[in-house]
Amino acid sequence: MVYLTRKLEFSASHLYHNPALSAEENKRIFGKCNNPHGHGHNYTLEVTVAGEPDPVTGMVLDLKELKEILEREITQRMDHRFLNYEVAELKGQIPTCENIARVIWNLLEPKINKGHLHKVRLYETADLYAECYRNGAHGA
Amino acid sequence: MNDGLKIGLGRRYRFSASHRLHSSRMSEEENRRIYGKCNNPYGHGHNYVLEVNVSGTVDPATGMIANLADLDSFVEREVIEPFDHKSLNEDVAAFRENVPTTENICKVIYQRLKHFPKARLERVRVEETGNNTFEYAGEEL
Repeated sequence: MVYLTRKLEFSASHLYHNPALSAEENKRIFGKCNNPHGHGHNYTLEVTVAGEPDPVTGMVLDLKELKEILEREITQRMDHRFLNYEVAELKGQIPTCENIARVIWNLLEPKINKGHLHKVRLYETADLYAECYRNGAHGA
Repeated sequence: MNDGLKIGLGRRYRFSASHRLHSSRMSEEENRRIYGKCNNPYGHGHNYVLEVNVSGTVDPATGMIANLADLDSFVEREVIEPFDHKSLNEDVAAFRENVPTTENICKVIYQRLKHFPKARLERVRVEETGNNTFEYAGEEL
């Protein structure tokens, strides 16, 4: 099995607010991420696909094809957007790194049919990421 | 959410510390031969980067596996406060008899962090320099 990883960056704004909680609870749990007008990040996404290289092309999946999938499914949907209001898949969820990573997994998994999606890792800053992978798959 | 997916969270921390690689089980000459300049008697230091990876269930009310403030304060108390700006050999009891290589630093940090109550510790990764990285995920791997 070979693992290939492609990176992409997008910039988006978000805020953390749960309408089921009081204003004080929101402030206490989410701190400055609860600021009402939101704030933004430069996100870095790493998408790892696992598979056996095709004997003819030597590729698990053509990187051009992966790039197009990422452009269509992720960049167009999330880049320069307000995640709470403009990304339908995040409706009703707090757009934390954990939840965005799961949404990205669910968007990409059905589209990758050479090899298979192994892991999605989303950096919100250089020091914080969330990742999503199948139970039982190793995290590396 | 039971969709067979696992969600992990990674967070990077920094500490600076000195160490000397020297094993009491070897002669002076063997120590010099094996550890080279890392055996210099007064020690030397690094800016370490620690990456902590935890996994768990995402709480639907918060969208989080664990509140970062809780993780940060736990790591601060267990690792950063006792290691940062310290001599690992002299100031951290676990390295009195245990050579503070980055392999051993990973294992000691894993032991200190595995009791984090809010999420499951998956692995720790320590960068001694930008070119040397070590990881430990407990004994299951």
